[in-house]
Amino acid sequence: MSDVISLTDIRRVFIMGDQQFEALKGVSFSVIAGEFVAIMGASGSGKSTCMNLLGCLDRPTSGSYLLDGLDVGGMDTNQLADIRNRKLGFVFQGFNLLSRTPAVENVELPLVYAGLHSRERRVKALAALEQVGLTGKEFNHSSQLSGGQQQRVAIARALVNNPAVILADEPTGNLDSATTAEIMTLFSNLNKQGITIIMVTHEHDVAEYAGRRITFKDGQIIADSRG
Amino acid sequence: MDFLQTLKIALRALRTNKMRSFLTMLGIIIGIAAVIAMMAVGSGASYVISQQIASIGSNIILVIPGSTTSGGLRMGSGGSHTLTADDARAIMSECPSVSRASGTTRTTSQVVYGNMNWSTLIMGAAPELFDIREWPVVSGRSIGQQDVDGAAKVCLLGQTVADNLFGGDDPIGKIVRIKKIPFTVIGVLERKGQSPQGTDQDDAIFVPLRTAQVKLSRSSFPNSVGAVIVQAKSESLLDKAEEEINSLLKQRHRITNGREPDFSTRNLSEILAVAEQSSKAMSLLLGVVASISLIVGGIGIMNIMLVSVTERTREIGIRMAIGARRNDILWQFMTEAVLLTMLGGLIGIVLGTASATVVSNTLDWPTLISVRSILVAFFFSGAVGVFFGFYPARKAAGLNPIDALRYE
Repeated sequence: MSDVISLTDIRRVFIMGDQQFEALKGVSFSVIAGEFVAIMGASGSGKSTCMNLLGCLDRPTSGSYLLDGLDVGGMDTNQLADIRNRKLGFVFQGFNLLSRTPAVENVELPLVYAGLHSRERRVKALAALEQVGLTGKEFNHSSQLSGGQQQRVAIARALVNNPAVILADEPTGNLDSATTAEIMTLFSNLNKQGITIIMVTHEHDVAEYAGRRITFKDGQIIADSRG
Repeated sequence: MDFLQTLKIALRALRTNKMRSFLTMLGIIIGIAAVIAMMAVGSGASYVISQQIASIGSNIILVIPGSTTSGGLRMGSGGSHTLTADDARAIMSECPSVSRASGTTRTTSQVVYGNMNWSTLIMGAAPELFDIREWPVVSGRSIGQQDVDGAAKVCLLGQTVADNLFGGDDPIGKIVRIKKIPFTVIGVLERKGQSPQGTDQDDAIFVPLRTAQVKLSRSSFPNSVGAVIVQAKSESLLDKAEEEINSLLKQRHRITNGREPDFSTRNLSEILAVAEQSSKAMSLLLGVVASISLIVGGIGIMNIMLVSVTERTREIGIRMAIGARRNDILWQFMTEAVLLTMLGGLIGIVLGTASATVVSNTLDWPTLISVRSILVAFFFSGAVGVFFGFYPARKAAGLNPIDALRYE
C-alpha cells in the first residue's frame, strides 16, 4: 500500500517577539492508505501543531510533507486552499457548521469551492448525508440538530469531496459518552470502507477505536503502536 | 466559485440580519435619494432659465436712452428721448456684426373690443422684432414694413390679450380700440410664457412702430423710441456688436470723448448667463451636500462590514479550511458590501424620484429626472460599495485560518 502521508523531519518554530518556541522538533512518520490513526498527547505536546500542518493550514519551518504524493511544502496559499479542498476533509471538536444554513448546504460547501454545479453538488451532498445516517434531516438547520447529528453533518461535509484523508480534531470532545460511541462507530465503519482517518484525541477509550496510536510529547513522537 | 453562488451567499448573509442590513443601507438610501431629488430640482431650474433665454431670443443687445438732466432734475435711465427709429435703422445698416435691429416703444393702455376691455402693454415694433425674438404668429399675418411706413392702424395680439378680449372667437379682422383709435387685428402671436423677470409676455399688443409714435404717443419727440433691440450675428460677435453700436451712436449723437453718452447698451444674454451660472452653482452645491451624505453612508457600510467580519471570523475560518481561496473570501465580502449599496441605491432612486415628483406637484416647481442621473446614482452607489467594502473584505481574506477557526 502506498503512503498517503509522509512526514520527514518536520520542524515548526514559532517566533514570538525575541523568543523562539520549537513546537515540533523533527517529526517523521507516514500513514498508509486505509489506516485509522489516533494522535495523542497532553496539551502543548505538539499534536495540534502537527494536525495544522497535516491539514495544510500551516507550513513547516523545515522538513518535507508529501500528501498523496504531492510535496505540500512549497505551495502558495491558493494551492494549499485547493489541496484542502480536494485532498482533505476536516472534522472539528466544535462541529463548525454554518448556522442558519440547512444541513445539505453545509455539506455542499466544499463542492461550492471546488466549482461544481448545483445539481451535481446536491446529489453528492445527499449521498454523503445518507452515508452518515442522516436521511430525513437534510434540510434541518444546524440549530435544529443534536450535537451528534451536527457532528454527522460535519463528517458528511468532510466525506463529500472523496478526500485522501479525513482529519478529525477531538471530534468527540463536545459529545456525551453514548454519542461518542455512535460517532466513533461511524468513523470505524468509514475506515472499514477504505477511508484514511487521522484523529487527534486525548481520551484513551476513543483512541482504542483507531488501529494505530501515535503519542506526542514535547514536540516529538514518543510512541507509535498498532493493534 | 461562480458569481451566482457568491451572490447567493451574500444575499443569505444580508437576510440573516435584516434590520441591520436595512439600517446600514439607510445612509446610502438617503444619500442617493438626496442626489436624485437635488439633481431633479436643479436641472428643473436650469430648464426654466434656458426656456426663458430662448423666449427672449438669442444674442440680444438692448440699447436704451440714457438719463437726462434738465433744470437740475435728473431723469432716470431711459428718461431721455434721444434714441430714434433712425438710430435703429442705422445700427442695422452700418454695424457689420449686427443682423437685425428694431426700435420699440411701450405704453400701457386700456383696449376695448365690443363690450370687453383689458388693460395691457402696447408695444410699437418694427417687423424685425418678431424675427429677433423668434416670435411667429399662430394665425393671421405679422407686421410688415409697409405697415410701419404707412403707420397702418393694425395690431398683433398676444395670447393672453386674445383670450381676454375674444374668448374663443377668431380675432383676425376684428376691430379693437386703443386709446379710442380703431385698430384692425391682423394676427395672433404664438404663446411665449413668462419672461425671466416673471411677467406674462403674452399680455401685450404689438402695433407698427410708426403708428405707435404718430398715433398713440403724445410725446413731443414723435420720432423717439423707448429702446432699440439689437440682435448680433452670432454669440461670438456680441461684444464686437456692442462696441460698434456704441461708437456709431456716439457719432450720431455727437458725443465727444469724455462726455457721458445719452444712451446705454445691455447685453441680455450676459444677464441670463449669470442667472444660469448661479443655478448651476446651486445644483453643484446641492450635489456636493448630497455626495457628502453618500460618503457618510459609505463609512457606515464599512463600519458594519468590519463588525460583520469580526463576528463571522469562525465562518471565514471554516470556509478557508474546507478550501476557500483568499479571493473567494474577498469577493464574498465585497459582493455583500456592493449588494448593500446597490440595493440602497435602488431604493434611494425610487425614493428620490418620488420626492422630486412630490416637490414638483406641491411647490409647482418643474423637476427633471434624467436617465443619466439615475444611472450615475446607481453606479456611484456601487462604487461606494466597492470603495468602502474593500478594506473589510481584505481584512477577512487576510485572516489566518488557524486563528479564525479558534476564534470564539
